[in-house]
Amino acid sequence: MSLALRVIPCLDVDNGRVVKGVNFANLRDAGDPVELARAYGQAGADELVFLDISASSSNRETTLEMVRRAADEIFIPLTVGGGVRTPEDVDRLLRSGADKVGINTAGLANPDLISEASRRFGNQCIVLSVDVRRSAEAASGFEATTHGGRQSSGRDALEWIVEAVERGAGEILLNSMDADGTKAGFDIELITKVRAAVNVPIIASGGAGKVEDFYPAVQAGANALLAASVFHFGQITIAEVKSELASHNVVVR
Amino acid sequence: MTDVVILDYGSGNLRSAQKALETTGVSVTVTSDFETALNADGLVVPGVGAFSACMAGFNSVRGAQIIERRLAGGKAVLGICVGMQILFDSSTEHQDTDVEQTNWNGISQWPGVVEKLQAQVLPHMGWNTVTSPEQSKMFAGIEHERFYFLHTYAATKWILNPEGAFRAPLVTWTNYEQDFVSAVENGPLWATQFHPEKSGPAGLRLLQNWVDTL
Repeated sequence: MSLALRVIPCLDVDNGRVVKGVNFANLRDAGDPVELARAYGQAGADELVFLDISASSSNRETTLEMVRRAADEIFIPLTVGGGVRTPEDVDRLLRSGADKVGINTAGLANPDLISEASRRFGNQCIVLSVDVRRSAEAASGFEATTHGGRQSSGRDALEWIVEAVERGAGEILLNSMDADGTKAGFDIELITKVRAAVNVPIIASGGAGKVEDFYPAVQAGANALLAASVFHFGQITIAEVKSELASHNVVVR
Repeated sequence: MTDVVILDYGSGNLRSAQKALETTGVSVTVTSDFETALNADGLVVPGVGAFSACMAGFNSVRGAQIIERRLAGGKAVLGICVGMQILFDSSTEHQDTDVEQTNWNGISQWPGVVEKLQAQVLPHMGWNTVTSPEQSKMFAGIEHERFYFLHTYAATKWILNPEGAFRAPLVTWTNYEQDFVSAVENGPLWATQFHPEKSGPAGLRLLQNWVDTL
């Protein structure tokens, strides 16, 4: 036996509530992150990712309280990202019950944030979240973006990922902005390139539309597969993804 | 009521461990207080992050003394993740890269060195299986479950095999491109390299199995 490939639902939260409609049977309150987290835990999710999209700092406080409630009841790993700007933000999230913290835009603006957070809290809990899109100007063909893919960071995505791992990022949450929302499958070219460049685990994100989309991402080198809307709307269940992967002899839990 | 102390020496989030243990019906206190840690029915030694940083925090609360006195009295101790690694002689983590961090000696409850795993993708992150001895109390009823791992270093050899008056420790192994020690039951001293508090129902059962020994 060996390590199982991870299947991870991602929940967007704002002001302590899950936003984007979630269509789960038998849920009294589909906006309650704790209830959703519990449902996903029972459905076989190997981890959960909460993405905090709150704009204001008071909403972020509510997010911390939400993380506390989730961690108090859901005994599987929780990653929380979104708006993490300082080592203190990382500390607050970890103390609230997050097991891993995602760093995205602030890491691009201040790469020392990744070094310092990794030194203080260990590389196992620092996740580089990077929104990547194709660009003719980037040497690798891919650039890192900010603002949800709308703005270029001016940095080559591969070069940035390699630097972030050297600085202590222990995992890459690799979001393809080209594939995101298309439901046409994961970005195999991107995953393949990142796999060749770094040896930390890769969570592939963006593009999942049907169960057949998941196995090619594993072949390309992903260690975990993340999806949001296809799970939330019940188009695909986690069990279906795992049984599809198992049919290709991928080890799942 | 059975009481368990989670030793707070500044290492990461202890909330999940506390809540997970509370599901077993014990009273849980998170503290660095020497006497409280000494007298509890059970003591959990957590640990996340770098070995040397954990060791520094652990030494500052006189952790080695707490563990030694408890074991001398036959009182249970459960080390988790880096809280397991510090029970060995030493770790190779950071020895070659950071001369300022010199806390790479553990407390030598068990002989051996905690080393970097030889694997293509590190950290070893996710749900893996265990191979436990038949007599294991820790894995009773959960022998075939998966547990959540999150680490880069581990003890890859087990050296302590006493004969005669001592009962040999029960050693559980896991494979991640190589075999490493994923759990130990050694009289009142138990430890897991994985995180039972993050391993879903199987992890809660493991904590219950430990609490049942208190």
